[in-house]
Amino acid sequence: MTLRARPFVLVLLTAIVLYPLVWMLGSAFKSPQEVLNNMSAWPREFTPGNFIDGWNHFDVAFGRFFLNSAMVAGLTVVANCISCLLAAYAFARLRFRLRGFWFAIMIGTLLLPGHVLIVPQFVMFKTFGWVGGDWPYAPLIVPQLLATEAFFVFLMVQFMRGVPKELDDAAKIDGCTAYGVFRHVILPLSRPALVSTAIFSFIWTWNDFFRQLVYLSDLEKYTAPVALTLFIDSTGQSAVGPMFAMSVLSLAPVFLFFVAFQRMLVEGINTSGLKG
Amino acid sequence: MSPVAVTQAPPSPAPPPAGPAATRRRGRPARPKTDGVAGYVFLSPWLLGFAAITAIPMLMSLYLSFTNYDVLSDWSATEWVGLDNYRQMMTEDPSFWHAVRVTITFALVATPLKLAAALGVALLLNRSFRAGGLFRGLFYLPSLLGGSVAVAIVWVSMFNQDGAFNSFLGWFGITGKAWVNDPDYALGTLILLAVWQFGAPMVIFLAGLKQVPAELYEAASVDGAGPVRQFFNVTLPILSPVIFFNLVLETINGFQGFTSAFVLSGGTGGPVDSTLMYTLHLYNKGFTEYQMGYASAMAWVFLLSIGLVTALIFRTGKFWVHYSDGED
Repeated sequence: MTLRARPFVLVLLTAIVLYPLVWMLGSAFKSPQEVLNNMSAWPREFTPGNFIDGWNHFDVAFGRFFLNSAMVAGLTVVANCISCLLAAYAFARLRFRLRGFWFAIMIGTLLLPGHVLIVPQFVMFKTFGWVGGDWPYAPLIVPQLLATEAFFVFLMVQFMRGVPKELDDAAKIDGCTAYGVFRHVILPLSRPALVSTAIFSFIWTWNDFFRQLVYLSDLEKYTAPVALTLFIDSTGQSAVGPMFAMSVLSLAPVFLFFVAFQRMLVEGINTSGLKG
Repeated sequence: MSPVAVTQAPPSPAPPPAGPAATRRRGRPARPKTDGVAGYVFLSPWLLGFAAITAIPMLMSLYLSFTNYDVLSDWSATEWVGLDNYRQMMTEDPSFWHAVRVTITFALVATPLKLAAALGVALLLNRSFRAGGLFRGLFYLPSLLGGSVAVAIVWVSMFNQDGAFNSFLGWFGITGKAWVNDPDYALGTLILLAVWQFGAPMVIFLAGLKQVPAELYEAASVDGAGPVRQFFNVTLPILSPVIFFNLVLETINGFQGFTSAFVLSGGTGGPVDSTLMYTLHLYNKGFTEYQMGYASAMAWVFLLSIGLVTALIFRTGKFWVHYSDGED
């Protein structure tokens, strides 16, 4: 392709790729009649009505679902950051028996599909009395407290391998134990890796659907994605506009993260993937 | 399976500097050679998680797959049924085979298309120019949003009777239909949704393209190779480890599609099982019909199949993946 054609191709591609998002945003502001007969992305008149209808569409205000989602995502972020950092420090810096063996297993779990374990995990958490009840979120968060998200362990191991070993040695000469090195060298220097982990944890948990669908059965406890599927079941055409409006709202946090941390998100993929 | 070969590029940790630390001790006991205790202290959350959340449930699900366990009745009512679940799956559950076909079709079509789109756009973005970073970010955005229920909802509306896709076709005088309700096309719309999220592999391709030494292109063009030959004889071979990495990752992802199929069909896998992804069938067996023994058997078949496919990709990789000597 000649150099001159490239910008046009890129702009055209961008327009195609972004069109679904623009269309969703526009449709969220259309009036109930317009949503059905105006297929273009641009509403003839902007009405905020869908947002009000959608917010109050169910017996529980949609804000409750967002709060539940935010709580699950927030706790997951904290849990992942702590547990994966500890495991990564062990793998990247400490020498102990069977380290290579455990590391290989950790890498193996990277590729293990979560769907394979959902049934026995559900049975196990149900036996513990964690399924249902006043606070049904334990099955969503406790696994994260135990560093089961191998992707983040791996991401942090890769990051720590880039931290000069001389710093550890200097700290050791000054009398630091393995715990001191962690506290005074690795922890402060791992901030970029922690920020990536926090952002990706948040976005993935916010978007996660499968596990939340399995464990949440009480409307009051629903997270936003699970609540959104209720719109599909209420087949009345009147729900289309409110459904779009709530979909837009539910994507807003991820979009804001994208705007704020765009470069970092894109780089984060790379550090985890190919080159350390 | 050993994904380590591709993903774990960095050099092994340098040998411990024995000199200074050993000679400098002043009256303190010699530092032990390993951090054995500390190592296991730091690893303990992960170890516990591996045992309790991964390993034990895996064995448990293997056991359950030979029983008729359903979560509703008491444990005492659970019976050992041997290979009955597996037999039933293969011979008495037509939906199981529909699910297998749908999943294989999805993975087989969506993965190559997604990777082709990713590589194509990565090549367009490869040379540095103003706004390159902006385009890269915008193409990456669907990968961040695309797995969500919200986007799946919009996608389904877009390909419905009065959706954006039909209004686009209308410009060309074509009258569309409700694609998502047509068994012949419903899965196609889900494949498009997967391809739309080409940004993540694209970013990895871009990183790989940066590693291609410019001298190779110069040498190739001195030898008279045009852009097409340069692509096939320089870019593709050097990029092959990255293609391999993306292929493994995206194939495994492809097998696990759930959300979009759930949203399109309202959880049923319809119309007429045409979007019944394997994971959706597993979910319905286990969590709407409560046949957890059967669902566990399905999970093991799934795990072994994914293992087999991954092994197969690794086997073929020997023939087309080139690792250059200079790498790390």
